Amino acid sequence: MSLATAAFFVFAVGAIATAILMITRKSAIPAALCLITHFFCLSGLYLTLQAQLLAALQILVYAGAIMVLVVFVIMLLNLGDEAKAVKQSQLRSVLILVAAGVMGLQLFAFLLAQQSGRAELPPTAMLVGSVGELGRVLYTEYLFPFEAVSLLLLAAVVGAVVISKRRLED
Amino acid sequence: MPQTIPLDYYLLLSGALFTIGAVGVLTRRNAIMMFMCIELMLNSVNLTLVAFSSYLGDSAGQIFVFFVMTVAAAEAAVGLAIILALFRNKQTVYVDEVNLMRW
Repeated sequence: MSLATAAFFVFAVGAIATAILMITRKSAIPAALCLITHFFCLSGLYLTLQAQLLAALQILVYAGAIMVLVVFVIMLLNLGDEAKAVKQSQLRSVLILVAAGVMGLQLFAFLLAQQSGRAELPPTAMLVGSVGELGRVLYTEYLFPFEAVSLLLLAAVVGAVVISKRRLED
Repeated sequence: MPQTIPLDYYLLLSGALFTIGAVGVLTRRNAIMMFMCIELMLNSVNLTLVAFSSYLGDSAGQIFVFFVMTVAAAEAAVGLAIILALFRNKQTVYVDEVNLMRW
């Protein structure tokens, strides 16, 4: 087993384990910590796919910026454990059964498609994920979406300020 | 550098992560937990995009992941502002205690 294969399995098991741990935590802070670990595992998976820039951005943007925001909001709200979720256990078990069925279907499709799949990364993959190539494509072919997204971020910032300031009575 | 993991493994992994995230959104009643599960689902889709992009040697998928990350950041800002406003007005973040828009 090569190093890349071993890394894939370590990060894949880590990602699934932290995801399951996250949705089963009762209070929000342990769940947030599990999610941060999950983002680090995903970053490792991006590295096995030769996407270096996205692996760095995953840690900077998700584990850094977004999760810090989430943890701050959890701290501001000062919540206790979640006691309400056990109330609808009937619906819950049905949902979990449906999800298990969907997973079974995915596994079935996976086993069917095993023969026809692409087995190896092409030699160009290293180039595609590099900072230079992605920057070139982003600032030439995708220049307009890039500018549009900056407008979206501006709107989100203004919207966040307005929504969190206002009270319902006003 | 030889790579022996087929593309299907990445697709199965991201499908599993998406299902876990969907179960989380549907079973949890805490708005912050639901928000974090949505992030989980977004990230599983990102993994699919990166896997296809690398295996097909096309950078469009990785560019798309950029935009998904940007939209996720915007969603985090607005979503957490909504949760804060909700907590200020109703003193709760449990979504089944909020029936402002129920008819």
